[in-house]
Amino acid sequence: MSSASPINVIKASQPEVQVQTAPDVNFAYLDERTKRMIRRAILKAVAIPGYQVPFGSREMPLPYGWGTGGIQVTASVIGPEDKLKVIDQGSDDTVNAVNIRRFFQRTTGVQVTTLTREASIIQTRHRIPETPLQEGQMIVYQVPVPEPMQRLEPRETETRTLHALAEYGLMHVKLYEDIARCGHIATTYDYPVMVNGRYLMAPSPIPKFDNPKMHMSPALQIFGAGREKRIYAVPPFTSVESLGFDDHPFEVQKWNTVCALCGSASSFLDEIITDDQGSRMHVCSDSDFCQERQADQTSAGVKHDAL
Amino acid sequence: MYVAVKGGETAILNSYRLLAQQRRGDETVPELSVRQIRQQMKLAVDRVMTEGSVYDPDLAALAIKQASGDLVEAIFLLRAYRATLPRLGETCALSTSDMVLSRRISATFKDLPGGQVLGPTYDYTQRLLDFTLMAEQQATPGTLESLAITSGKPPVVPRVMDLLNQEGLIEIQITPQDDPAPKDLTREPLRFPADRATRLQNLARGDEGFLLAMAYSTQRGYSHSHPFVGEIRLGEVAVELMPEELDFTISIGDIELTECEMVNQFAGSKTEPPQFTRGYGLAFGHCERKAMAMSLVDRSLRAPELGEAIEAPAQEQEFVLSHSDSLEASGFVQHLKLPHYVDFQSELELVRRMRAQAALVATGCKKDLA
Repeated sequence: MSSASPINVIKASQPEVQVQTAPDVNFAYLDERTKRMIRRAILKAVAIPGYQVPFGSREMPLPYGWGTGGIQVTASVIGPEDKLKVIDQGSDDTVNAVNIRRFFQRTTGVQVTTLTREASIIQTRHRIPETPLQEGQMIVYQVPVPEPMQRLEPRETETRTLHALAEYGLMHVKLYEDIARCGHIATTYDYPVMVNGRYLMAPSPIPKFDNPKMHMSPALQIFGAGREKRIYAVPPFTSVESLGFDDHPFEVQKWNTVCALCGSASSFLDEIITDDQGSRMHVCSDSDFCQERQADQTSAGVKHDAL
Repeated sequence: MYVAVKGGETAILNSYRLLAQQRRGDETVPELSVRQIRQQMKLAVDRVMTEGSVYDPDLAALAIKQASGDLVEAIFLLRAYRATLPRLGETCALSTSDMVLSRRISATFKDLPGGQVLGPTYDYTQRLLDFTLMAEQQATPGTLESLAITSGKPPVVPRVMDLLNQEGLIEIQITPQDDPAPKDLTREPLRFPADRATRLQNLARGDEGFLLAMAYSTQRGYSHSHPFVGEIRLGEVAVELMPEELDFTISIGDIELTECEMVNQFAGSKTEPPQFTRGYGLAFGHCERKAMAMSLVDRSLRAPELGEAIEAPAQEQEFVLSHSDSLEASGFVQHLKLPHYVDFQSELELVRRMRAQAALVATGCKKDLA
């Protein structure tokens, strides 16, 4: 397989393997009392945008750090009528996304989709889809470290106080030090945001490219951290401001190239190494967005040269 | 290329098959049964039950078999199983004074009521590989006629702590009348500062290796607590339940436990004269190393309550309790295997930009990668 170019791999689609639902577990795996406990935490999180609500995170059949927070949130809100999309790094088909989607297919039997606009619930790790989210949709983020200041102050007793006092000087000093040493802010993902003008929040390790999509999003955004046992949320149409300074405002990554497959100049691009000479190509990280664009171009008769 | 953008599902299903093959090994060798594991790998079973927080030797043995002997993975399997079990009731506090002992030692008194009972232990084995086991010859335990357990109710053996108490030399911990039922860490998140009952619960589920290292650090100058093993006991204790409709308790079975009571020096304070303080360790089955390590860490975490300066990691409850769980630690360390293309792409872009700048300006700029 080493000789196969990544493009071939990307295009090689295989028939979906049928997933059997598991009749011996409760709908969405969790018992109803646990779901109720988690729903209460979600309601509190929605009521206080950006505030981290502790919850009795359960030991899921998947490892901590692999999406157990997002899985528990999704399991608590999903119903038989929902249509679920699961992505990891923007793609529906990376192994972890496949595994989590399979988990929900087995335990709920709900419909799954890769189309962003068709999904009622999108569970994601590290990306927000390029296709804008709509009212009525819910995006569930898997969060490794819910506390934005943990790397500056590891003690939770301290950070809790800082949040209570809205005392976020620590983070501003960190960003200022970046500028003093590097000339610009050297945080590229999990870039801290201020929610509703009150709570400093970790957006999860999405690239800062995605941060503007959170601001005034019509979709409900819920963040689940299973290992750290916290849930937080951004209700629809809530202000989400990425931290910055007047003379060093927040800015997002730019590429001086376009997607080699669909030609998009506005999406987040992943770099793929195509041979042992260090040749590279850039393709959309959001595989559904890219494939839809390619399909549109084919039907419109536009032939885009892949390389 | 494991991220083949399509086909991840097939890859996962194939990995299940390969794993099953790996677990089974050479098929000409007879398969290990769960019963064999339960009977012949008792100490592994005991560790999995302790850290898996389920007293069920059969399920622990099954988990060990399924995990190909990876005990942390086996603990994970048992915990995930446990998470969905209903809570039927709460048992009464166990009475370890009434333990039917198979081992009991004290390092503080040469002899004491009840005596010293060495029992089954690797302590005084001379660690030479026993090649008769390799030849799979019948290992005969030999007869233990002199130790034939006498019939009838075994004598109650008082705990060393109770003996020390008679002189008032050791702190007394009285259970308050209105002592609330301890909080269940498997139902509620750990919050700081955590009380002692919660801390002990965390330590009981904590990874043996981690606790051992933390305990060891307290013996090497990182918070010294002058410990002595007051008592280690191993044996069976009855588990009792008081159903709401009855006013007496019902024994629902016996479980095997290892209990360790550590005795530590305490210089005293303005309000209290010098006396000994206690550290406590408890584990399912025979887990002596775990119980001892737990008791040392329990004691070091009591620093604030005893007015001791907090100077070492083993005294910091956020440090110890947040990192003791093998599931949390193993999951998060191993999640680094998951794709991080997007984050790495962001860092690539940043490093390139900074290198370009550095080339431009002679003054370099170091990015703090921490």
